[in-house]
Amino acid sequence: MAEPRVIVVGAGPAGVRAAQTLVKAGIRPFVVDEGRRAGGQIYRRQGEGFTRGYDELYGTEADRARDIHETFEALAPSIDYRPDTLVWNVAEGRAWLSSAGETEAVPYSALIVCSGATDRIVPVSGWNLAGTYSLGGAQVALKAQACAIGHEVVFLGTGPLLYLVAAQYAKAGARVAAVLDTSPFSARIAAFPQLAAQPDLLWTGLTLTLALKRAGIPVLSGVTPVAIEGDPETGVQAIRIRTAGGSERRFACDAVAMGWHLRPETQLADLARCTFAFDEGTRQWLPVTDADGRSTTPGVYLAGDGARVLGARCAEVTGELAARAALADLGHPGDADRRRTLLAAKADYATFARGLARAFPWPHALAAAVADETMVCRCEAVTAGVLRDSVSAKGAVEANRAKAFSRVGMGRCQGRYCGAAAAEIIAAARGEPVVQAGRLRSQAPVKPLPVGTARSGR
Amino acid sequence: MSSPVKSDVAIIGGGLMGSSAAFFLRRRGLSVTLLETDKIGRQASGTNFGNVRRQGRPIFQLPLANRAIAVWRQAHELLGSDVEYLQSGHMRVAFRDRPENIGKMEDYAKVAREEGLELELLTGNALRARFPWLGPDVAAGSLSAMDGHANPRLAAPAFARAAARLGAQVCEDTRIVSAGKVGSDFELMTEDGRAFRAGAVLVTAGAWAGKITAWFDEPVDLVARAPTMSVTEPVPYAIKPAIGVMTPEEVESVYFRQVARGNIVIGGSTRAQSYPDEYRAYVLPQNTMTQFEQIRRLAPALARLNVIRVWSGIEGYTPDELPVMGASPLVPGLFYAFGFSGGGFQLGPGVGETMAELIATGTTDIPLAPYLLSRFAAAGPRAASLHDGSRNPLGEVPLSLSKETRGG
Repeated sequence: MAEPRVIVVGAGPAGVRAAQTLVKAGIRPFVVDEGRRAGGQIYRRQGEGFTRGYDELYGTEADRARDIHETFEALAPSIDYRPDTLVWNVAEGRAWLSSAGETEAVPYSALIVCSGATDRIVPVSGWNLAGTYSLGGAQVALKAQACAIGHEVVFLGTGPLLYLVAAQYAKAGARVAAVLDTSPFSARIAAFPQLAAQPDLLWTGLTLTLALKRAGIPVLSGVTPVAIEGDPETGVQAIRIRTAGGSERRFACDAVAMGWHLRPETQLADLARCTFAFDEGTRQWLPVTDADGRSTTPGVYLAGDGARVLGARCAEVTGELAARAALADLGHPGDADRRRTLLAAKADYATFARGLARAFPWPHALAAAVADETMVCRCEAVTAGVLRDSVSAKGAVEANRAKAFSRVGMGRCQGRYCGAAAAEIIAAARGEPVVQAGRLRSQAPVKPLPVGTARSGR
Repeated sequence: MSSPVKSDVAIIGGGLMGSSAAFFLRRRGLSVTLLETDKIGRQASGTNFGNVRRQGRPIFQLPLANRAIAVWRQAHELLGSDVEYLQSGHMRVAFRDRPENIGKMEDYAKVAREEGLELELLTGNALRARFPWLGPDVAAGSLSAMDGHANPRLAAPAFARAAARLGAQVCEDTRIVSAGKVGSDFELMTEDGRAFRAGAVLVTAGAWAGKITAWFDEPVDLVARAPTMSVTEPVPYAIKPAIGVMTPEEVESVYFRQVARGNIVIGGSTRAQSYPDEYRAYVLPQNTMTQFEQIRRLAPALARLNVIRVWSGIEGYTPDELPVMGASPLVPGLFYAFGFSGGGFQLGPGVGETMAELIATGTTDIPLAPYLLSRFAAAGPRAASLHDGSRNPLGEVPLSLSKETRGG
């Protein structure tokens, strides 16, 4: 290698800003992205042949989306770009890429992981029926393929994405049967001062809620999900909930989109052997980084929602910060003023994110109380009862032991969707704080890898 | 310091050997303390392939393997817990480019029959008719219908729980850092200052056993390795026997089995180093790739499946890759059972039952001479390479025969 190779994983807002920063410094980064086109989940492009404009696709974020897309397109001659490519493992200073049935180990001097986030899920009785999607999945269907997940959709969960996706569905002409938020309205009032750190984002949120209500869509706060109803043949038919007032309500629907805010995709950081710490505010295990995004593993940097969920706008800031940290560590001169500006911006977004976590709390008590018959791990069909049995009868003391005994988190998604709830159930069964349940260790491959994978001839 | 915990037998190492020994010692009425540094069965015992196969072992191991199979067959009722034992057969196959293996299979089958192990040799159309998914390079198969496989994650913990129900004291997160004699008793000290006393000590500490035997002036050089394991997404259950390649080359020695849930567990080929002091073992991605190449040669259709997870654990190999088992020749009351990596899972319950018998009665019908630690003292320094199939301390069968199904 003539010059140090810097690999950027992910081409969402964090990855694009990281790549841009590296190119400006004269480095030709290697950008690997699972997506077919840059933009990440938030600024995901529509498929060929679709003609919707930026405003229609990205609403209030249209300018940002366009800027990310155009910035990346302008970088094309200055980067090595691998779209449609998964980094399935990291070991011994090499990133293992997989694409079109081939794998290639690419050595790096610096690895900037901008791996994004997925929905955090609370299992609900019946959530394994066809027609249940994550909020993110529901949004992707609309954004990329211009289709809705159903004719009559209920949105369940909490967090800004709940209202955003519901509003996008309503705008696109889908019938939104209800928006059901598990957070009490009082939490939003209490979080108001922190949310005011980003006045325009707060305004956007309020506008969305108002628009939903104006459209006559029931928008309920403080709900407790009871069950998604339906049958295995036809899928979802209705959802039953208990309102904040304690009465039971039923909404007929043929699809449910659910999500309780987001969780970072941390498998690569884990495979790179980064240290993790428990974050009390969000009840999540997060990779430890310094303010600039350096992980505890030398040469590995973390940015965007994949490090800590601070939102798409902040991802642009942390992407640049991480790239600057990598450049500094490679001996490039720094820019103290720019760094200060970026850190200040990040601090504001972090305040706002704390406000969101307070306004839309992870309903841990709900997760811990999931009924025995309810499926927790959909990949391996593990119910809450089987999981509790692994604790009470088989003596599992933490998540990895419960996984060994019950198969929870052992399937295709490796616990990325059930892990958060499983930890709450394990901790509750043992009468301990959730931090004691630990976290599921990540195991390669990051996503399923074909046995037919051949070594690349590159 | 609190007063020491006393028992008839203290077992150092809560893998499958230690856990099953604890269970069978309690059945014989001896008081037992099972001491485990980490969690029961988390390393080699919990991360191996899960083969419950007798064939392919050195012939001297068959009496022990036969004793073990009897326990596996009644494990569910004996332990009150399902360890997913499936007596669905085990087949070793030979590739065309190693034609000498077919003769070796025939020779092995003859000797094995005398030890009560029936093997059916299949070649040509008969082989393809029954196992149409085998690759074109496969020339012959040796099928043991009465072998099978089980779930390693569940087995050792199930034995330890059953032992605890019978009154054994099971101590996880208990690291022994020194051992010595106080009068006729052994005294074991933990890292955090607890003391355990026992009239007899059984060392079943796997990769860590060498450290403990050295305290008693019987050092043994163990190599800590990390097997390469993978599992696919579930597909309809169709492949009954566990399949393994017979070869003297580690790189070719892959094996797979389908569990009732449908996933296909793949093991073997090149191993990595493991780190017993850190309690960590990592799968190297290049080893996963080599394993995929080899498994495609064995069963090409598996190429279409996705692997959803890889893992490893800490194995401990003796200089000849064969186990150590029996009473210490130097220290009365001290017993050993370790170095089973590469083929210990099937033997586990037999080892536990035999060691319990030996400790309780002073004798056993299982011939233990080939297992003694003293063989290394006689052999001198590590003379042979790990994969030199020519070295065979025990006569009867070439050692290479034992290598096609490591991790089982």
